[in-house]
Formats: sequence, structure tokens, C-alpha cells
Amino acid sequence: MDTLPILSILTWTPAVAAVLILFLPQLIKSPEAARANAARWIALVTTMIVFALALWMTLAFDETKAGYQFVERADWYGMIQYHLGIDGISVLLILLTAFLMPLCILASWTSIEKRVVEYMAAFLLLQTLMIGVFCALDIVLFYIFFEAGLIPMYLIIGIWGGKNRVYAAYKFFLYTLLGSLFLLIAIAWMAITAKTTSIPDLQAFEFAKDAQTWLWLAFFASFAVKMPMWPVHTWLPDAHVEAPTAGSVILAGVLLKMGGYGFLRFSLPMFPEASNDFAPFVFALSGIAIVYTSLVAFRQTDIKKLIAYSSVAHMGFVTMGIFSGNEQGIQGALFQMLSHGVISGALFLCVGVIYDRMHTREIAQYGGLVNRMPIYAAVFLLFTMGNVGLPGTSGFVGEILTMQGAFNVDPVTAMVAASGVILSAAYMLTLYRKVVFGVIVNPALNTITDMNAREILIFVPLIAAALYLGFQPNIIFDQTATSAVALVDAFHANFK
Amino acid sequence: MSADPHATTGLAETLATIVVFAPLLGAIICGLFNRFIGEKVAMFVATALLFVAAACAGTIFIGHWQHSLHLPAEPIRIATWIHVGDLKSTWSIRLDAISAVMMIVVTGVSSLVHLYSWGYMAEDPHKPRFFAYLSLFTFAMLSLVTAADFMQLFFGWEGVGLASYLLIGFWYHKRSANDAQIKAFVVNRVGDFGFALGIMAVFFVFGTIEFKEVFAMVPEKAGVMLKWGVYQLPAIEIIAFLLFIGAMGKSAQFFLHTWLPDAMEGPTPVSALIHAATMVTAGVVLVCLCSPIYEAAPGTAGFITIIGAVTALFAATVGLAQNDIKRVIAYSTCSQLGFMFFAAGIGAYQAAMFHLFTHAFFKALLFLGAGSVIHGMHHEQDMRKMGDVAKHMKITFVIMIIGTLAITGVGIPHTPFGFAGFFSKDAIIETTYAAGMTGNTAAQMAFWMALLAATLTSFYSWRLAFMTFHGTPKWKADSDHGHHDDHSHSDAAHAHGLPAVAHINDAGQNAAGSHDDDHGHHAWHGPHESPWVMLVPLILLALGAVFAGSVFYDAFVGHHAKEFWGSSIYTAPDNTVLKDKYSIPGWVFYAPLVVMVIGLAAALYFYLFNEGLGKKIADRKGMAHAFLENKWYFDELYEIVFVKGARALGDFFWKIGDGKLIDGLGPNGIAAALNFGSKKAVKIQSGYVYHYAFLMLIAAVALGAFVLFRGA
Repeated sequence: MDTLPILSILTWTPAVAAVLILFLPQLIKSPEAARANAARWIALVTTMIVFALALWMTLAFDETKAGYQFVERADWYGMIQYHLGIDGISVLLILLTAFLMPLCILASWTSIEKRVVEYMAAFLLLQTLMIGVFCALDIVLFYIFFEAGLIPMYLIIGIWGGKNRVYAAYKFFLYTLLGSLFLLIAIAWMAITAKTTSIPDLQAFEFAKDAQTWLWLAFFASFAVKMPMWPVHTWLPDAHVEAPTAGSVILAGVLLKMGGYGFLRFSLPMFPEASNDFAPFVFALSGIAIVYTSLVAFRQTDIKKLIAYSSVAHMGFVTMGIFSGNEQGIQGALFQMLSHGVISGALFLCVGVIYDRMHTREIAQYGGLVNRMPIYAAVFLLFTMGNVGLPGTSGFVGEILTMQGAFNVDPVTAMVAASGVILSAAYMLTLYRKVVFGVIVNPALNTITDMNAREILIFVPLIAAALYLGFQPNIIFDQTATSAVALVDAFHANFK
Repeated sequence: MSADPHATTGLAETLATIVVFAPLLGAIICGLFNRFIGEKVAMFVATALLFVAAACAGTIFIGHWQHSLHLPAEPIRIATWIHVGDLKSTWSIRLDAISAVMMIVVTGVSSLVHLYSWGYMAEDPHKPRFFAYLSLFTFAMLSLVTAADFMQLFFGWEGVGLASYLLIGFWYHKRSANDAQIKAFVVNRVGDFGFALGIMAVFFVFGTIEFKEVFAMVPEKAGVMLKWGVYQLPAIEIIAFLLFIGAMGKSAQFFLHTWLPDAMEGPTPVSALIHAATMVTAGVVLVCLCSPIYEAAPGTAGFITIIGAVTALFAATVGLAQNDIKRVIAYSTCSQLGFMFFAAGIGAYQAAMFHLFTHAFFKALLFLGAGSVIHGMHHEQDMRKMGDVAKHMKITFVIMIIGTLAITGVGIPHTPFGFAGFFSKDAIIETTYAAGMTGNTAAQMAFWMALLAATLTSFYSWRLAFMTFHGTPKWKADSDHGHHDDHSHSDAAHAHGLPAVAHINDAGQNAAGSHDDDHGHHAWHGPHESPWVMLVPLILLALGAVFAGSVFYDAFVGHHAKEFWGSSIYTAPDNTVLKDKYSIPGWVFYAPLVVMVIGLAAALYFYLFNEGLGKKIADRKGMAHAFLENKWYFDELYEIVFVKGARALGDFFWKIGDGKLIDGLGPNGIAAALNFGSKKAVKIQSGYVYHYAFLMLIAAVALGAFVLFRGA
């Protein structure tokens, strides 16, 4: 193995930069504006470097091997090890995190005006913790990253959020913490029973069937909240509404993916029999999530809330795909996670563009934007169509594959999910009409300006990703196939 | 003629590649680079590329027809699209008789519509965007008809849906157009819901989605059952049915037809290209393409026959009572599509494709002719405000009459004399009768409904011609003439339950205003003939409407049908309807002609000899008339059931489900139970918790650092 500890570098570089930024007030005595600018540039350069490293790592990743790669392992405390490694399931989630981060920093460039230094530091810390989640191969280490990620996000919402940020932050904290308690207890029990905290070893360990049931439920409690699945989803709309734009991007783009990642890394390989038993239960919740939240999205008057509900519906496809337990479902779910990261991230950025100008998210305040903002109208349309799952955008591939995965197991679930495709068209196109089409009625919009160069620069990579993955999704499947097939085979080996 | 089959196959592949990608190139250049190369150049490039594509498609079609060009047996493979496990979809160009026919129809009509739009859209400030959308549509439609597997077909299927959405709402400041574009997309999505499930079922049952492999396996899967919830259903029937749901949406068949008339909000060239000649026929193409499946699914085939026949009749009845010239033609399209479907349903796929082919000419002709009238009338669409236009627009008049003769099916049986629609419609009616003779009750029903629909078609088509071109003029030059969309505005607003919006077109406040805005500000001197750039496409289409039937009858449905269609259409050994149509009673051949004359006579009586009689009947506001004028109240019914229902459910889930139940018992309940006073809670949240969180944060960082040192 390569001696360069690339995963550690990826994980800790942002944290080091965060510390550096936090010490800026001591280092630079000049006015606050200069310090804020320094923080912005440090954050941008750091996240760009991390992205470059992640890209290099993805290219160096050998997609033909099923096991973990770039493994780093060192004793830490007792049986707990500092153990990192990636496979086809995690490698692209790390790339996604690294991809979205510089865009978030750019999107916050002017819209965050107060406590810029702390803001940038919080984002960088968040990146450390997110990458850590995806490459931790020790379950305790995973838990630490997984739960600690809560804190910077909590702060981002609580400090830089909107009017109701305190309620939103409280709800976010309460929900996720509750889930984590079960997770912690389960992890402790597993460590004692299996006498290891190594994830690969735990995946090989065969838990008794009764134990699997309880462990599965405990893990489910935590991951279902993170997804979020119905009915533990109500924190998400509030969190999104109050979060600053970049916070929403990371929340939708990466944090929601931790639940799906957890199901793939833990629930399916470690508790296969329980996963199989609970699959109909997950299918039911996924189907409800898709229809229920789509209908709720239809009624929203706040743009961000609408997109947040739409996110819950789209995550329903992910859970459905994962628990179909077949190749189309699991590959589709992974793809859907990545695609949703790009598309919903872009949609939140679209909201941010007009929020920065108008300081409102009320749909009724807009209308006729196309007359003043043709570039914005085109960009927003592209991601609207992506969210609707139009073939040719990445949104389609994940939806059709997860539905195919479910169909192979239970056509009724696929049918329920497919009805969500009708509803998503209804609410997204209605939103688009209300915001973009028509004539300008609100006089405040008469002077609104189209996207500037910085904003266009943010969207270019997202547009490229959404379209490229729509036409050439196999660039993803080539990376994930070996690991996904191994996962599916191992899962089905339990039922032979 | 064909010396080296291999060489001509290579030529066909090259030509087909140009056909598919030239419009895409045009769309990209025109859409993205018009700022750099100039509007006129961009539009010219798009139009020219379309004519190149049409020339190539024409070469393929004629070559195949004359046996001078051999179509390759294997599709042209371009790149892998999706490949997950056994599920594999490849970007391909499939070349067979069906795709050859569709390529010439699509590129032929599209190139003429591009040309026509130079005149029709001359005053529009967003011309390059319009041309880019038209070209994009053409590409999507071509990728649909040349797909080699179900997934690419679906790509084209939804791609044309996107283009349709964009073009219906092209005049984006019009509320009615915005509503119509959403309606079109969402109703089509209902169809796509079925289509997508159909694809999944195909993959589940056959383990592949490649047409060739699936069709070859149909016989061996004949008895396979599919577990659907608690039911065991015959797999082939289910697949056939689900795919047909998709076809119903795209081709505006009964129950899913409501979007098509509203789609007339788009500019008229769009209506001609997308909502008459090409996109709406995609459902027919799908059923014909999947003939091996439908031949093995008699239950679904019967369902298609009935839906098709009902649509043919239903749309014709609604067409009787419409006053918007475009809506009449829209319902006529809907009705003609019904003809194509029941033809496919009874197993006469060739006749369905033939009618699709001739219909493309005369329906595009009628729409573009109507567009010429609308253009000449300064965007008046209400036929009640027209009359006596023939005098002022002679060429348009002649062309519209040719279109009317074609759609009503004028011709002399047993001779090569007749307009295009005569041959194809009669082929459908004859094969349907033949199918009825074999004991197919659905076909027997369809036959009589078709005759009735043909009578009504003749009536409303001539009604349109007489109201528009003859009688006393109802317009006054140089006066305040109302805008056409007054009526459609309130109509659409009503249909959607949306508050009627202020009439924005007249305000002229919109810099990006449409065509409509440009009028009404200057004097108008009565109808004027359209420019040649619009008339030339009309004349070319008129040639098609006259000759397409007699020239291609033999190849499509006559004695050479088998070699023309080759393996692209499969008919079971016991399906002999195409041959049987020669052995039906003599009166059947004359029946379509007789009903045409009846319809014509009635229209003459009501709208020419006794002008005003039709208006009197309408003004009486009888129940039957109201029922037809309101399109059988489908929009109202759907509004109550689906739109209001979805809203009510959404509100219920949001306010009660999320609000009262989940939040009430969850986080808010917990907060209340822990006796957090609201003030206290805020203080705790904003104060101590942050400190606590920061502490955790620092601890996490310290832990990480510690680990890193120990680890290294």
C-alpha cells in the first residue's frame, strides 16, 4: 500500500485550516473586513486543495477490487483503532463532499456578513467530520465523526440562520441526538459481543438472529432520522428554512447521505437477516415518504421548505433501493445519493441567488423573474427538470434504478414510488411557474439583476455534473460496481 | 438496383447518424451561441441543418421503399448509457421500416415548420430560443423513433415532453400558456408512470430491455405470471397494458386527452409539428413497434381497440362545438389518433402507421394553414369573428380546402384517385370490418363508431372551412378587435380553478412580449395573405396531402406491405386482417365516402346555406351543446377529483400529519413535557447550549489531534 496517508490528509486538512482561521484575530490586527477576507480565501483554497486530493484519490482508486483501499490502521485506545479506508461505496461520497465544499464557500462569499471567521471555521470542521464519517473503518471512530458532525451544523443553523433558527436548531439537535443514543448503545453491545470495533471484522461477524433485530432497529433509529425517513422527517424542513444557503447545500448534499451510507455500511452487511425481515417495513415507509411528502411539498409557500420536502421524497427512493437488496436497487440508491447531492444542492443555491437579492423565500413575492434574469431562469429550469427526474439529467438514473430494484422484489412498492414521479412534476413545475414565469407583479423585482460571474461560476460545475451523469452515468457505476456486487452477493449468501 | 448490399448499408448508417445529430447540433448552436453569431445566422443554421437531416431521411426512406438501400440489421451503437447488472441501455440508432418512416415524417414536417416560422415568428423577440427548442424537439423525437431499447425510447419520450412543455409555454408571460404547459407535462407524466412501470416489468420478466431480445423471447414467456401484490397476473398482458398507458398519455387518448387542446396555447407552428404531426403519434409508434408483444396480448389489444374507438368518437363530438380554430383541429387530431390506435388494436399496425404518415401531412397542413389565417387575421383565433377570409387569402384558402378534402377522406374507391386521408382512413375502416368478421367484438364496435366519427369529422372540418372562409365577414378592419385569448384565458383559469388573472397581453408592459403585443397598436386593414416563406411549406405539405396516400398505399398496406415493413412489424400467423380487407362486402368500401358526403351536406346546410343557424343552436345553450362545448366536463371532473383532492391531502398531511401528530407528539411535545417555558427555552438554546456545543467541538478536535499523533 502507498505510504502516503491520503485519507488522513483529506480528513484533517480542513480541520487544520479551521484552527488557522480561528487564530486569525490573533495573527492579523488589521480591521475585521481584512480578517474576513483572509478567512474566505483560506477556506476556498483549502477546500479546492481537498477537492483536488479527493479527485486524485478517486482516480487512484482501483475499482476492480472489492475490499477497502488506502487503509490506515493504528492502535488508539483498547480495541478501538484509528482505522481508515474506502471502498466503492464511500469513495464517491467523499468526492461529492469535496466537490460541494468550495461551491459552498463561494456561495457564502458575500451573503455571510457577520462572524465570517467563525463561519468558515465551522464549515471546514464540518468537512473534516463528514469525510471522516465516510472513511472511518472503526465503528467508534465512525460514531465520533457521525455525531460530532452535528455540532458545526447546529452552530451554522443556530448562529447564521434565519428568524426561527433557535427552534430549528433545537429540533435538529433533539431528533438526531435521540437517534444517536440508540446507536451508541448498540455499538457498545456489538463491541462487547464481537470483541472488536473494526467495521470489516464486524461485517464478517455473524450476529444471532434475535440480536440482529434489536441492533437493526437501533441503527435504524439513528439513520432514519439522518435520511430523513417518514415520520422522523419534520426537522429537515425547519432546518433547511433557517439554515444559510451553504448550510442547506451541505445538509441536503452530504449530511442526508450519511443515513443511506449507514444502511449500506452497517445495516445490510452486519444484520442481513434483520434487513431482509424489515425490508417490507422500509418499503412501506419509503412509499409513504414519497407520496406524503410530495403532497405536502405541493402546498408549501416557502421555496426552501418545498425543496426540503422534495428532498425527503427523493430520499425515499434511496431507502427503497437499498433495501431491495439487489444490484439495480443498491447501485441506483448510491447514484441517487450522489445525484441528489448535486441537484438539491444546486436547487438550494438557486434559492440562495434570489434570497440574497430579495431577502425572502416566500413564493408569492416572486414571479416573472425570466424577464429580468434569463440566465437564472435557464439554470433553475435545468435543476427543476433534474429534480423531476427527466432522462438526460442525473435525477432520472437514480430514480429508475431504485424503482427497478424495488420492482424486482415488490411491484406494488415500485408503483407507489412511480406515482411520486407524477407528483414531483406537479409541485416543481408549479413552483417554477410561480417564481420564474409570468410578468413581474412585485415592483421590488423591477430592478433585480441576473446572476453575476461568481454565481455563474458556482453553477457551471453543478450543471456539468447533472448533465454528464445523466448521459454517462456509468462513470459512477464503474466505480461502485465491484463493491456493490460484493455487498449484494454477501447479502444474498445469507438466504441460500 | 442494389448491387452491393453492404455498401448501401454503410450509406444508410451514415445518413441516419446525420439525421439524428444534425438537429441536435442546430439546437446547440442556435440556443447557446446566438449571442455570438447573431440571431439570423443562428436561425439559418438551425433551419439549414434540419433540411440536411430531411434530405438524408428522405434518401433513406425512398431508398428503402425502392429497395435501393439496405437497412442494417443491427442498430448503430454509439455509447453505453446505463449498465447496471443485466440492465443495459445503449445509445443507439435503430434503422428499420418504422424508424425510416418516422424519420422522414419528423424531419420533413420539422424542416418545413422551421421555414414557416421565419414568417410566423418574424416579430417575436425570442426567435433563436424558439428555433433552438424546435430543433431540440426534433432531436428528442428522432432519438425516440430510433431507440433500440426501452430506456432510450423513454429518454426520447420524456425529451419530447420537455420540448413540448417549453414550446407550449413559449410565450411565458401568458398565464394560460403557463398552465397549459404544466398540464401537458403532468398529464403526460401520468402516462409515463405506466410506461416506466412497463419498462421495469419488461426487465423483470425478460431480463433485458433491448427490443430485439425482448421480442424474440415473447413466445417463451407466454404463460408467465407476474406477482403484483396479492395478485398473479399474466406478465405479457401487464407489460402491454402498462406500455399502453404511456401511449395514452403521449397520444392524448380518452381519459388522458385533456392536455392536448390546452396545448394550443403554444405558437401555431408548434401545434403543427408537435401536437399534430409527430410527438402525439409517438404512442402509435410504440404500439406498432411492440407489435410482437401486442400480438401476444389479446386482452390489451381489445382494450386499445375500445379506447381508440371511443377517443375517435368522443373527440369528434367535442370538435363539433368548438369555436377556436386551433381547438377544432386539436380535437380532430385527438380523434384521428383514436383511428390509429384502434387500427393497431385490431392488429392492422401497417394501417395505423399509414394513417400516421398521411395524417402528418394533412394535419400539419391544416395547422399551418390555420396559422396563416391567424397571422392574416392579426392573431384572431375565434372562428365566429372570421368569415369571408377566402377573398383575401386565396392561396391559404385553396390549401385549407385541400387539407379538408384530405382529412375528410375524399376519393373514389378502387381507383388511385383520392386525397391522402382517403386511402389511409379507408384502410383502417376496411381492416376493422375485416377483423370484426373474425368475431372480434371490439372491432365490430370500433367499425360503427369509426363510421360515426368519420361523419362528424366531415361535418366539423367543413364547418371550420365555411365559418372561416365563407359567409359574411364578422371582422371589421381598422377597429378595436378583441384578442383571441380572451376566451381561452377564462377557459383555462376556470379549468384549473385558478383565479382569473388580469389580461396582461394588452398592457404591453412586457419588454419580452410576444407576437400578440405587437398588434393592436397600429391600424389593421383586414386579412392579408401570408408571406411566401409561410406559403411554400404549405404548398409542399399540400402535395403530400394530395399524393401521399395513392403513392404509398401499396407499400404501406397493399400487396408490398410485407416486404416494406419487413421484421419491424410482427403479425401473428392468425392475424390476416390486412389481406382480409380485400374480401369484405362491397358497401364497406363506399361507406366512408357516403358518411363524408352526409357530414359535408350537413355543414353546407348549417353554415353556408343557412348561415347563422349553427350560432342559433349554440345560443340556445341546450344541454347537449353545453356538454360538448365543455368537452364532456372532463376538466371540471379532474379538477375536483385530482387537483382539489391532492391539495386537500397535501394540507391534511402537512397541517395535521406533520404539524399536529408528528411535531405535536414529537419535539414540541417533548419540549412541553420537559416544561420548557418559551422564554426559558430560548435563553437556554441561545446561551448555554452553544457553550456546551463549543466544548464538545473542542473536545472532538483535541481527540482527533491526539489520535493523529498516536496513529502516525
